Amino acid sequence: MSLTPRRALAGAVLATLLPLTACSSDLPEGPAASGGATSQGSGDGKKKTGDQSKFFVQADYDAQLAMRAKQPTGPADKPWEQAIDPQPVDTAAYKKTGQYHLCFSNAATDNPWRQVGWKTMQAEVALHEEIAEFTVLDAEGKDDKQISDIAELSAKGCDALIVSPNTTATLTPAVKGACPKVPVIVFDRGVQTDCPVTFIKPIGGYAFGADAAEFLIDEVKPGGKVLALRILPGVDVLETRWSAAEIAFDKSELDVVGVEFTDGDAAKTKVVVSDYIQRFGKIDGVWMDAGATSVAAVEAFEDAGVPVPPINGEDQQDFLQKWKDADLTAVAPTYPTYQWRTPVIAALKILKGESVPKVWNLPQPKVTQESLGDYLKPGMPPLHYALCGCEAMPGYPQKWGGK
Amino acid sequence: MTQELHTPLPRTSAPRGLRDLGADSPARPVYLALVALTVLAWILFLTDGGQFFSQANTVGILQRSAALGIVAVGQTLVILAGSLDLSVAFLVSLVSLVAAETMAGYGVLPAVGAVLAVSALVGLVNGLVITRLKVHAFIATLGISLIIKGVLDQRYDGPAGSVPESFQHLGYDRVGPVPVSALLWAAIAFAAWFLLRRTTLGYRIYAVGGDPEVARLSGVRTDRVVVAAHVLCALCAGMAGLLLAARLGAGAPTVGSDGGYDLESIAAVVLGGTALAGGRGGVAGTAGGVLLLAVLDSVFNQLEINSFAKDVVRGLVFVAALAIYARRRLAR
Amino acid sequence: MRRTLPIFGVLAVLLVAIAVANPYFLELPGFLAFVKRAAPLAILAAGQYFVIVSGEFDLSVGSLVTAEVVIAARLIDGDPGATWPVIALLLVLGALVGLVNGAVTTFLRVPSFITTLGMMLILAGAVFLWTGGAPRGALTEQFRTFGRGDLGPVPWSVLILLAVVAAVVLLMRADFGRTLVATGDNPGAAALSGVRVPLTKTIAFVLSGASAAVCAILLGGFAGVSAQVGQGLEFQAITAVVLGGVVLGGGRGSVVAAIAGAFTLEALFTLLNLYGISGALESAVQGVILIAAIALGALNLPAWAARARATNATTHTTPDPTHAKG
Repeated sequence: MSLTPRRALAGAVLATLLPLTACSSDLPEGPAASGGATSQGSGDGKKKTGDQSKFFVQADYDAQLAMRAKQPTGPADKPWEQAIDPQPVDTAAYKKTGQYHLCFSNAATDNPWRQVGWKTMQAEVALHEEIAEFTVLDAEGKDDKQISDIAELSAKGCDALIVSPNTTATLTPAVKGACPKVPVIVFDRGVQTDCPVTFIKPIGGYAFGADAAEFLIDEVKPGGKVLALRILPGVDVLETRWSAAEIAFDKSELDVVGVEFTDGDAAKTKVVVSDYIQRFGKIDGVWMDAGATSVAAVEAFEDAGVPVPPINGEDQQDFLQKWKDADLTAVAPTYPTYQWRTPVIAALKILKGESVPKVWNLPQPKVTQESLGDYLKPGMPPLHYALCGCEAMPGYPQKWGGK
Repeated sequence: MTQELHTPLPRTSAPRGLRDLGADSPARPVYLALVALTVLAWILFLTDGGQFFSQANTVGILQRSAALGIVAVGQTLVILAGSLDLSVAFLVSLVSLVAAETMAGYGVLPAVGAVLAVSALVGLVNGLVITRLKVHAFIATLGISLIIKGVLDQRYDGPAGSVPESFQHLGYDRVGPVPVSALLWAAIAFAAWFLLRRTTLGYRIYAVGGDPEVARLSGVRTDRVVVAAHVLCALCAGMAGLLLAARLGAGAPTVGSDGGYDLESIAAVVLGGTALAGGRGGVAGTAGGVLLLAVLDSVFNQLEINSFAKDVVRGLVFVAALAIYARRRLAR
Repeated sequence: MRRTLPIFGVLAVLLVAIAVANPYFLELPGFLAFVKRAAPLAILAAGQYFVIVSGEFDLSVGSLVTAEVVIAARLIDGDPGATWPVIALLLVLGALVGLVNGAVTTFLRVPSFITTLGMMLILAGAVFLWTGGAPRGALTEQFRTFGRGDLGPVPWSVLILLAVVAAVVLLMRADFGRTLVATGDNPGAAALSGVRVPLTKTIAFVLSGASAAVCAILLGGFAGVSAQVGQGLEFQAITAVVLGGVVLGGGRGSVVAAIAGAFTLEALFTLLNLYGISGALESAVQGVILIAAIALGALNLPAWAARARATNATTHTTPDPTHAKG
């Protein structure tokens, strides 16, 4: 087909005029997403650790820190069914009988944490015979793809839609668009709308960061030099961890000698820590915003021939193993992967008309010296996350890569 | 059918004498492959209990490909000119933030202006570093992308700004089964096609990419052509950033790099039959390349293939496609 | 030879700056520690040098390093007896990936940018398909010794680096070196003078693949199993080679300068870390230095720009675009 410029131009004009007459929109109704959270710095006093992130929200911070001490409701041996401060919502409107078709828009499966969670969720689905179909689209870490995925899934006749958003603010319009069509369950990261039936999350990043920082403040003598290692800037769930640690360190007597980004790369972590050991002679504590590279940090001390100072990791197998083998002074706050079980359970509750919490706060335990033995399971792969809640599921441990 | 609507420009192989490089129609194989894949997808969907030509699916395909399509149009221009641009991914992120923050503060028009200004500036810098400082395009644009990454890391903790609902229509509205974003893509692709085939700058881009020596001897100021191609490429990335801001309702510092717009746009361009060395090819093929990737994605979605297997298939497709092009070229 | 001078100057300045900030660097263990951490990238850069000087790119090395480490962990799985066979396997596998890259590039005539981009996707996908998404198994202490341990006062990785440097220097002085450079400089002329161009380029890719295997052994040893150990290494290796004054497009530059480029890059990272440049600004500083170093050091880099410089165009006749090359 040949197009003269004029004919093509006419086509272009027509294309711009058409929307005026035949416009249809997939844009959800209602006010635009309120972009950006309210920022409240924590005082103007002189700070040792730099400016507070503009994503810091005092109310969330206070709520999360308070939640750590609260007793969750629900069965104690199944933390993925427990909830802290549940505010139940009625779900009678969504009640359905028969077999269910669940759909899941997954942000990505590109890191070990998500891999463990994803396997756990698949195992949870397999537990329920009433789930006839489980349709999953993987957005591969792309916001734009996930927006299309959510639109595609909401047109597929799902009975319930589970969403694990890739980023917080940016998936809000897509979730808003899906809410009127199908009950939506959001977990891990949230969205800036309350239209989902329930939002499932562990206590959160502030609690993670504070758990680790408070441990160091207890274990390191006043004036001790602390190195903070972060993965990357610009990731909201990691920013909250550092925000909480900043507040704790600023109030403490500790000296935060450096805040470095490691890109989650073990070799870079080891190099950075070695440089700090050389520069300061002695580092008295290491704070980390995620556990993936904590073993590399420990090894940097070992290779330098100095004792490993108090350090935090995460519930990753290699760190727990190292902790035990090298008898570290350590703590492992967690962001439990068992939260991947809860959305499936919530979806079934909703479809059966049982009430669910509006915000489903899951307990977020930390691994301590005392509980290390309970969480460290031999034979699991090095990047397995211990708090998967999957030990009693069919196929464990082979499905999770263990033996 | 649906394909016809949003790609008014492809198949431009109407003979235009010597001017028209479509004479060797580098875009033809990609459209043949696209048709074949579409038929295959249609069958696969049927056997899997889906509908390939359902509205939801076609809208999904077009929505998913619009941003990459727009970036790839710009990438086509620089590759035709014998250069390439690795900075588009981070530029897309930067521009989405500029757009969302300016919109939140000053409104839509100033935001569009700011986006165009920022992206034109980045393109200009790319072009000048390559031509004036004589830095190879690969290194120059890699360096610029590192600089933009630094700015993003320094300034932003996460998504920022907000896009008014009136502007979000750009990302969500449809005309029948065709999303407005795809129309924007088509319009930009058409503009690029017009530029390449009907303007002096277009001929010069082919000339510089084809043989800079000959181009220079025939009086083309090759430096200016390369700079212009880079500015246009950056403007395309800017438009893609605007579109993504409309889709996301905010700007996001990782939207471009997560989207992989740098290497994927280059891959789409060469899938469309444009020679990586420059001088041969066109936007029609690129549009075909982007659609091919999008249809492939849609098949992956329907069959729920995991992302690792997807990477393997994509890698094989790139290499196989280019091997076929190379054979055709040899056979001639 | 003149072309290689700037990189050694830049490297010297950076090393002095590091020594000023950290006197420990002047002592032998401090300096060796620096060489040790630079060794993996230097070896990778040496491999990338062969490919670049022959006129091609190898974007697959980052993925290859990740794949090799993940494969090593799964196959060794903590069994000391498996260490040596697996190391041999890794080297063969690296060379094999290079062979495929080279064969596809030369015999199927796919541009190496695309061949190796495809290989990058294929390797990254295939290895995690095989392990079910995340690494499994464990490396042994024997395996890790090469990246982590020392022989007397000298780290193993420094010794391995020295061996690699000696080997590549000898290789470049041999006939192969001249053939390789001639191939990159002008493949047509090289072919006419009897060089088997496809074979030469394929060997370059094989060397790059094998160097990625060595790099993986050192990095896996240095830092342990990780799902993203090789991430971005392909761009770092290319950057290092280009910093060394090697011309993209082939035909010019020395392998020693390419290795010096890797040391320069590593010195830059160390320096930024030492002077406490904020992590966020680090990449911006890298970008500026990358562009500045190339702009200052290699004024005749892009072939077309060099040609464009020669004359001032005055007329504006439109050339015939059918003069496409290729």
